Amino acid sequence: MKLRLMSTVAVAAMALGAGPALAANAPGVTDTEIKIGNTNPYSGPASSYGTIGKSISACWDSINAGGGVNGRKIKWISYDDGYSPPKTKEQIRKLIERDEVAFTFQTLGTPTNSAVHKYMNKKKVPHLFVATGATKWGQPSKFPWTIGWQPNYQTVGAIFGNYILQNHPNAKVAIINQNDDYGKDYVIGMKQEMGDKFDKLVVKQETYEVTDPTIDSQIVGLANSGADVFVNISIPKFAAQAIKKMAAIGWKPVHLLNDVAASIKSTYTPAGLENSKGIISVDFYKDPNDPEWKDDAETKAWHAFMDKYYPDGDKANKFNAYGWAVCHTMKAVLEQAGDNLSRENIMKEAANLKQVHVPMLLPGMAVDTSPTDFYPLEQMQMMRFDGSRNVRFGPLISAETE
Amino acid sequence: MDLFLQQTLDGLATGAIYASLALAVVMIYQAIDHFNFAQGEMAMFSTFIAWQLIAWGMPYWAAFLICLAFSFIGGMLIERVIFAPIHDAPVLSHIVIFIALTLIFNALAGFVWDFTIKEFPSPFPDKLPFESTLIGPHEFGVVGITLVMLGLIYVFFRFTPVGLAMRAAAANPVSAALVGISVKRMLGLGWGLAAVVGAVAGMMIAPKVYLEPNMMLGILLYGFAGAVVGGLTSPGGAVVGGFLMGVLENLAGTYIIGSELKLTFALVVIVAVLLFKPAGLFGRVVVMRV
Repeated sequence: MKLRLMSTVAVAAMALGAGPALAANAPGVTDTEIKIGNTNPYSGPASSYGTIGKSISACWDSINAGGGVNGRKIKWISYDDGYSPPKTKEQIRKLIERDEVAFTFQTLGTPTNSAVHKYMNKKKVPHLFVATGATKWGQPSKFPWTIGWQPNYQTVGAIFGNYILQNHPNAKVAIINQNDDYGKDYVIGMKQEMGDKFDKLVVKQETYEVTDPTIDSQIVGLANSGADVFVNISIPKFAAQAIKKMAAIGWKPVHLLNDVAASIKSTYTPAGLENSKGIISVDFYKDPNDPEWKDDAETKAWHAFMDKYYPDGDKANKFNAYGWAVCHTMKAVLEQAGDNLSRENIMKEAANLKQVHVPMLLPGMAVDTSPTDFYPLEQMQMMRFDGSRNVRFGPLISAETE
Repeated sequence: MDLFLQQTLDGLATGAIYASLALAVVMIYQAIDHFNFAQGEMAMFSTFIAWQLIAWGMPYWAAFLICLAFSFIGGMLIERVIFAPIHDAPVLSHIVIFIALTLIFNALAGFVWDFTIKEFPSPFPDKLPFESTLIGPHEFGVVGITLVMLGLIYVFFRFTPVGLAMRAAAANPVSAALVGISVKRMLGLGWGLAAVVGAVAGMMIAPKVYLEPNMMLGILLYGFAGAVVGGLTSPGGAVVGGFLMGVLENLAGTYIIGSELKLTFALVVIVAVLLFKPAGLFGRVVVMRV
């Protein structure tokens, strides 16, 4: 009995002495594999985003074909949550407790990620680069295991506020926003940037609910305020309605439209390309369909990737370029972590990206994080729709979120 | 004053949308004595059929007519296949099936045509014969079509033998059967016609709000409100109710409560009417002999 106890202690001591003093690798990590978990809306009302999950899956296939990351292949487990928060919770539990993934990456949606925000932090599982623009993902002191990726809604709001102050300092501003966290985040960003000018310049603010059949009445009210700058914070359906109604009643303000709806395919075409002319918005990654990038090496590499690994994917859909860019951000984190793949270290490296360029970001843009800065992308460039394409103008604008 | 005029006319235009769907709601209520919660999704699905035909290159009016025929047959099939077997089941079973149909049509449309918005053409000319920024040609046309539909329905229920037989079958199935009316056939016919009215409404609504599977979500609520305000037994009342909802919603939203509470306003109206005048403004008070 005594002897056996001794030998156990000896084995334990040997084990400790054998390797470098590291925390153990995360569950789901072996010498040949890293398991990554994800949820995406492959069905349901937000299923148009599902192609992001599919393009990331294809991206891992292409990386695995090239030998993986540091000799380890990526095993991508992505479940459908139908954009329904209770389902997300169930799928995330399954990923962590049964599939034993090392961490989750690019789980999609604001309400869906909100449902697992506390759970992930309580379990101390990295909740990496969530696919939503809400501002609440960057709170390292309160939620040290969750980090966002894309420029957040407040950043865009601040950029719009800045643009108004610079170019239309005496404007009369009208705002419409969706009446929820997403819509309000933009307005908060504008307020922070404009300070007391906000109350001076904004002559009218309206909101709409997602259930409203039309927002014609709100547009009429805003037009009647005599505003000459219009900040439009709405999803494609309502943005298209607004553009059409504005043309019908002959209201022609400077039109600043949120990036969420600045899509030629899903907003400008249904609203009428002629009606959409002159709309100003912002972007942070390349539109692979834009002739500007026809000879760009990164765009060509993306086209080759799509042909080989995601032939069913729609090349006209920008989301597939988004998936490619965010997947390479994740790859950079894993490369930086090397063989030290504990959950603590993966999280540490995710918050330690120094000016990392990933393909398909606009030229000059880089991913940058620190232990106190959980907003990887905080730059954007403005663009104006000329009737057939979004033409970028001006420098990259940074707006650090406080 | 300008704002008032614009909001009122705009309210009439949106009201026409609510009115056309309210008509479909009343149509089915006349036939089966129940609210059909799936009415909106059925109309949305019909509209997608028309959209698909047009996308395949068919001219508008051909697609329009085929869509109506499809809706008529589809509506009858739903009655024959799903509702006929549970005809005598309690009303709750019917409601559960209405909800199931709503979800099925919504998910099916999303599966086949996905959830991005589609542009649906308007059958009306691009320009009005007179200059105006107050009301667009499509809005003007929708008001007209709604009134024409109302006229047809009025004549149908008032003067045609089939229409009278349908009302009889809904109001008193036993007596109707005793005088030789086939109640079963009338029920099927009622579903078919309600689906047709819904399809017309869908094709009038889609150019304004864009076609997507959730298009009818909010509109159906306002349509119900319109039907309840006007009276579920009165097609004319439903149309007046629909227009009233559109105008009141805009004016209340602009001058009193703000746009945040517009939908709440519709629901408050439903509750208020049911509390104080359950038969609606123009509805018949139904007297039951016990």
